[in-house]
Amino acid sequence: MTPLAAYLIVAALVFAIGLAISLTRRNAILVLIGIELMLNAANLNLIAFWRFGPHSSGHGDGLTGMMFAIFSIAVAAAEAAVGLGLAIAYHRHAKTTDLDAMTRMKG
Amino acid sequence: MACAGGIALMKQSMRKASATLAIGGLGVSLILSIIAFTDMLQTWSLRANTTQTINFDWFDLGATHLQLGWILDPLAAVMLLMVTFVGLLIFIYSTGYMAHDENFTRFFCFLSLFAGAMLGVIIANSLLLLFMCWEIVGLTSYLLIGFWYQKPSAAAAAKKAFLTTRIGDIFFLLGIVWLFAQTGTLLFYNHGAGAMEPAALAALLSQPAALGLTAAGAIGLLIFAGAAGKSGQLPLHVWLPDAMEGPTPVSALIHAATMVAAGVYLVARVYPLMNAGAVAGGSTVSLTVVAWIGALTALFGALVAVAQNDIKRILAYSTVSQLGYMMVGLATGGVAVGMFHLITHAFFKALLFLGAGSVIHGCHEEQDIRRMGGLSKIMPVTFGTYAIGMLALSGFPIFFSGFWSKDAILGAAHAWPVSKGPFVLLLIGALLTAFYMARQVAYVFFGSWRGPAHTHAHESPRVMTLPLSILAVFAVGLGVLGTPVWPWFTSFIESKPLLVDMHGFSEPGLLPLMGFAILLVFAGLGAGWWLYIRKAVQKPATAPVHHHAQEHGDEPQHRPGDLVDVLESGAPMVWNWLANRLYFDELYAVTVLRLYAALAWLSDWLDRRFWGGIVAAVAGGFRGLGWANKAIDSQWIDGGFDKGCEELVTGGGLLAWLQAGRAPGYLRTLALGVLVLVALALAVGAATGQVHP
Repeated sequence: MTPLAAYLIVAALVFAIGLAISLTRRNAILVLIGIELMLNAANLNLIAFWRFGPHSSGHGDGLTGMMFAIFSIAVAAAEAAVGLGLAIAYHRHAKTTDLDAMTRMKG
Repeated sequence: MACAGGIALMKQSMRKASATLAIGGLGVSLILSIIAFTDMLQTWSLRANTTQTINFDWFDLGATHLQLGWILDPLAAVMLLMVTFVGLLIFIYSTGYMAHDENFTRFFCFLSLFAGAMLGVIIANSLLLLFMCWEIVGLTSYLLIGFWYQKPSAAAAAKKAFLTTRIGDIFFLLGIVWLFAQTGTLLFYNHGAGAMEPAALAALLSQPAALGLTAAGAIGLLIFAGAAGKSGQLPLHVWLPDAMEGPTPVSALIHAATMVAAGVYLVARVYPLMNAGAVAGGSTVSLTVVAWIGALTALFGALVAVAQNDIKRILAYSTVSQLGYMMVGLATGGVAVGMFHLITHAFFKALLFLGAGSVIHGCHEEQDIRRMGGLSKIMPVTFGTYAIGMLALSGFPIFFSGFWSKDAILGAAHAWPVSKGPFVLLLIGALLTAFYMARQVAYVFFGSWRGPAHTHAHESPRVMTLPLSILAVFAVGLGVLGTPVWPWFTSFIESKPLLVDMHGFSEPGLLPLMGFAILLVFAGLGAGWWLYIRKAVQKPATAPVHHHAQEHGDEPQHRPGDLVDVLESGAPMVWNWLANRLYFDELYAVTVLRLYAALAWLSDWLDRRFWGGIVAAVAGGFRGLGWANKAIDSQWIDGGFDKGCEELVTGGGLLAWLQAGRAPGYLRTLALGVLVLVALALAVGAATGQVHP
C-alpha cells in the first residue's frame, strides 16, 4: 500500500506547480488553472489524511474527510465558474486577458 | 336616478367634452328628470309620500358623523325639469351663438360643469352638499362671466360677481355651521331626524339668539343672506348687471334661468325653517325681512331698468326685479307661489335673453338699443318670440304665463297680514315692468334702423331661432298650470290632492285685484307705446351735442349721433339718477371699497413698519449670531479640520500606491504571505517540538 508520505509529496508537487503557474503566467485563464491545481492539491491532501486517519472505515462519522473534499470541490467549481465568467466579461470589454494590462483599478 | 344624471354630467365636463357631449349629457339628464318627474306624478296621484331621499354617510369625525344625501320631491322634480329643459335649449342655441369663438370647447366644458353643479344644488338633501354644489355654481359663474377674459371689463365683472356672492356665501356658511351646532344634522329630511322636520325645528325655536330672534329665525336670515347674494337681492345685486359681460347664452342660462333661481330655490328649500313658529295671521321675522327686501328689490330693479340703454342690462335689472317678486312670493304666499313665478320666469326670461342674443348677433355685436330699430321686419322670428317673452314678463293678461304667476304673487302679497307695503311696491314694479319692456321693444324692433349705415342686421340661423320658438310656446303655455281655477302647480308642490274649482275666481278680492293688475299692465304698456312708438323713434337729423357732467360706466353714456331718450329730456335729473343705478356702485365705492382700501393701507403700513421692524430685528440678531459662528469656525474648527485633511491625503497617497490595480502583483504578495505563514508555522512547530523537520 502506498504510504501516506507519497500522497503528500505528490500533493506538495502539484501545489508548487500550481503556485508557479499562477505567479508566472500573465494570462488570466492560465492563472485560474494554476489556482485550480493548488485547490486540487489541497483536496488530495484531505482525502489522503482521511484515508489514513483514525476513522477511515466503518461506523459513524467516517465520511467526514470525504465530505470535506467533495464540499471543497463544489466550492472550487463555483469559484472556477465565477473566475472564468469574469475573465470572459473582461475579455469582451477590453479585448485582452493579459493581467498586466488590467490596471484600471489603480488607486 | 337624477343624481346619477348629475354626476354623469360632471364627469363628462371634466373630460372636457365637446358640444355634442355636453348637449348629449344634458339630454340624458333631461330624460332622467322627466322620468323622475313622472315618477313623482304617480306617487302624487297615489297620495303617497312624495319626498324620497337617499342618505349616506360621508365621514365620521369623533362622535359626530356627517351625512349627505339626495332628495327627490315635487319641488326638486319641477326644478330639475326646468333646469334641464331650459338648459338644453340654451346649449343648442349656444352652438349657433358661439360658433365663431375659438374657445368653443372650453365654453361647453364650463357650461356642462355649471349644469351639473346646478342639478346638484337641486337634488341635494343636505345643506352641506347643497353648499358645495352652490360654490361650484359660483365658480362656473365666475368662469363664464369672465369667459372673454381678454376684455378687462369682463374680467372685472367676473371678479365682482365672485366677490359679491362670496359675501352672501359667508353668511350662508355661518348659518350652516350654526344649524349643525344646534341640530347635529344638515340633512333636510331624514325620516323625522332631518333639520327641516318638526323635531329639529322645535328645538331650534326654543333656542333664543340675539335681538329677540330665535335660533331658527337667525339661521333663516343667515341662509337668506346667501340666497340674496346668489339671487341678486338688494344690497348684493350689484354683480348681476355687470355679469352681462359674459356671452349672451351664459346670461340666459346663469343669470336668468338657473343660477339666480338657486337663491330662490334655497329659500324654498329651507322654507320650513323660515316659517317655523309662525302663528296664524302673522309671519316670522325672517320671512318679513325676505318680503321687504324682495319688494324693494323688485321696485329698484324695475326703476333702474327704465333708464338703461344696453339691451342686456335692461334684462339684467329686470331679472333683479323679478327675483324680488319671487322672494316676496315665497315670503308671503309660501313655496308654491314663489316657485311658480320662478319656473315661468325661467322660461320667458331665457327666451328674452336668447332673443336679445339673437338681436346682438344679428346687429354685429351691437348692444345699445339706441343704435338698433326697425328690426321687426328684418328679424321676424326673433321679433315674434321676443314679443311673447316681453308680454309674458309684463304680465299681459290671460294668455301669458307671467300674468298668472305674477298675479299669484300680487294676490299673496295683498293677503299678507303683516304689511301692505310690499304689495304697493310690487304694484309700482309691475307698472314699471310693463313700461320698460315696451320701451325696449319699441327701441329695438320699431322705428327705423339707427345703426351705422353701412351695416345691416340679419336674422339668426335656425339653430338659434328654434330654441326661441320652443321657449316662446312654454312662455305662453305654462300659465295654465297655475290659474286659480286649476291650481295644479300649487297642489303638486304641496302634495295636496288636485281640485278643479270654478269658484277660484270668485274668492273675495281676487277679481278686483286681477283687474287692477291688468289695468296697471296696460297703463305701463300704453305709456311705453305713447312715449316711444306713437312718435316713432327716429334718428335725429343732426347729431345733437350733449355735455353731461358725469360720464359713468364702462362706456360713455352718449356717443355723438345717439338720440336722446324722451324721458331724459323730460326729467334729466331723475334719468341720470336711474341711469347710474341709483349710484349703488358709487356708494359701495365710497363706503365699502374705501374702507377696504384704508384697511389694506393700514395692513400695509403695519407690515412695513411694525412687523417689518420685528422681522428686521430678528434677522439682525441672526446675522450677528452667524458672524460669531463664522469667526469661531475660521479660527478654531477650520484649523483642526485642515490638519485632519492633510493626514488623510498623505495616507490616501500611500494606499493608492499599494492599490496598483495589477492582479499578478496581488498574487505575488499573497504567495509571499503564504510562505511567511508556512515559515512561521514551521518555526513555531519546531519551537514547541510538535514538528520534526
